Amino acid sequence: MKKKWISYPYIIWMILFIIVPLILVLFYSITVRTEDGIIFTLKHYKRFMEPVYLSVLFRSIYLALICTALCLVLGYPMAMILNGRNIKRRNILILLFVIPMWMNFLLRTYAWMTLLERRGLINTFLNMLGFPSMNLLYNNGAVVLGMVYNFLPFMVLPIYSVLNKIDRSVIEAAEDLGANAFTVFRKVIFPLSLPGVISGITMVFMPAVTTFVISRLLGGGQFTLIGNLIEQQFLLVGDWNFGSAISMIMMVIILLSMGIMSKYDQEHEGGGLW
Amino acid sequence: MNNETKEILIELVNVSKTYDSTDALKAINLYIRRNEFLTLLGPSGCGKTTTLRLIGGFEEPDSGEILFAGKKINGVPPYKRRVNTVFQKYALFPHMNVFENIAFGLKIKKVEPKVIKEKVERILSLVNLAGYESRAVNSLSGGQQQRIAIARALVNEPEVLLLDEPLGALDLKMRQEMQIELKNMQQRLGITFVYVTHDQEEALTMSDTIVVMRDGAIQQIGTPIDIYNEPKNAFVADFIGESNIISGVMLRDYLVQFADSNFECVDRGFGENEPVDVVIRPEDIKIVSAEDSVLQGEVKSAIFKGVHYEMIVQSNGFHWKIQSTALAPPGRKIGLKIEPNDIHIMRKAPAA
Repeated sequence: MKKKWISYPYIIWMILFIIVPLILVLFYSITVRTEDGIIFTLKHYKRFMEPVYLSVLFRSIYLALICTALCLVLGYPMAMILNGRNIKRRNILILLFVIPMWMNFLLRTYAWMTLLERRGLINTFLNMLGFPSMNLLYNNGAVVLGMVYNFLPFMVLPIYSVLNKIDRSVIEAAEDLGANAFTVFRKVIFPLSLPGVISGITMVFMPAVTTFVISRLLGGGQFTLIGNLIEQQFLLVGDWNFGSAISMIMMVIILLSMGIMSKYDQEHEGGGLW
Repeated sequence: MNNETKEILIELVNVSKTYDSTDALKAINLYIRRNEFLTLLGPSGCGKTTTLRLIGGFEEPDSGEILFAGKKINGVPPYKRRVNTVFQKYALFPHMNVFENIAFGLKIKKVEPKVIKEKVERILSLVNLAGYESRAVNSLSGGQQQRIAIARALVNEPEVLLLDEPLGALDLKMRQEMQIELKNMQQRLGITFVYVTHDQEEALTMSDTIVVMRDGAIQQIGTPIDIYNEPKNAFVADFIGESNIISGVMLRDYLVQFADSNFECVDRGFGENEPVDVVIRPEDIKIVSAEDSVLQGEVKSAIFKGVHYEMIVQSNGFHWKIQSTALAPPGRKIGLKIEPNDIHIMRKAPAA
């Protein structure tokens, strides 16, 4: 307790780069600059209630939910495979799985563009087989694909780490008491892995709902998500006040979803990230 | 014992098991009779847990056969075997309460909920935990968790209960209580127990039959009294209770020479002048005055152990361990007296 000063750099860091910007965002979101100076208003929040913006919000949540569901469906079996009993094979698999993450996120997404383009690799291959070209890029599917591809590790790794911690003898005990492989999974492995599933869901849903790069690159102009909206307000339109208001709304949504998740998680006593 | 009349329930025939090129079991043969309390006893790495896991179905033998009531059960998965296991660290389901843990096996067998409730209640009172149904397993003490683990296995009314060092994590007092409780339960329920431990006292207290193992091989099978009084070789003698083991020569029947003296003994059938191991329990050596004995020595140390004193006595270069309720203080010259009955002669183990 004597060495309180050790925490000062972190406290300063947090004040400078987290607290102050948050206050600024909040300040921008409830003010408007007029000739008479700065006045407080809620009109930016009211503006967000217009259907055109609400539909952007719903599309963002909808696509993020689909992405999260897909990540769960793909990621859970993946985590179970990684958790296989052969240690040597497990390490190779984990390495293969993590290698793409060493590459920059943007590069990976650009790579998908070249694959999905009208003259891209996949269409060229289809043409060779005599099929017509397909519109693979610039639709919801492409955006979801990009999200799943980029965020899948955030689902797999927490589930894997929880599965890895499950005591083997608990599984053997279930077998011993008459449970076949499916029942063991349903009654023991899955319930015990829930903390991992929950932190996986949180870690995929949050970046998915706020992404703007994936939707811009793979979704083209027409598939605006809430992240793109915020980006536009700040960088293109220059309406910092409205952008800040949307950011605040986004933050509240994320905080709420995290709160729900962590409340659910507490019943299963941690092991996850939150 | 009347074991001979009882039917054989489990039989291991020439069972071998190898892990990464080390032999965990070397072609062992073993019978387990119905309603018997059989203990697999040995130091860690002797293959006792492997034997248990083979019977439970968690491991498959590399060669040999495992028979259950006369039928071969190699390759039968654990959930199809009529045995239940109590695991070393209890292995309770942490996400379930006490009731759900115990009811697990019954629910899988689709027993009616009403019957499940009755059975769980009955088994909980058997393990002295009535009323604990809705408690979280993590809120229980080690001893209580152990009882739940036993209840969870017993509620399925298995023909055989396998116990893998179930009392290892408990403190001494709790362990001794549980030993008596387990033995009572086994007698009351008439279930075959196969018990794994490295604690010789535990084995002697509870078992009908003890199987002493070492390096994947069985050293001796017998009742606790046989094993204690008639250990087959120096390893068993040393592992079961404390022993003085000294090299000697069997001069002829009923006469053995060790510590430069000749002693009468009760063993015969050895070759003339055959080198042997002589085993003498520390409590079998009497302290007499130096003049009254062929074997004299000087007390090197004496430790109070509660019931008795344990003294180390040096005589002709050999250190005897002696247990006696009478104290001979260090430095005193004493005589050692050993009755012929208490001298156990064993053949030298073939060089392993």
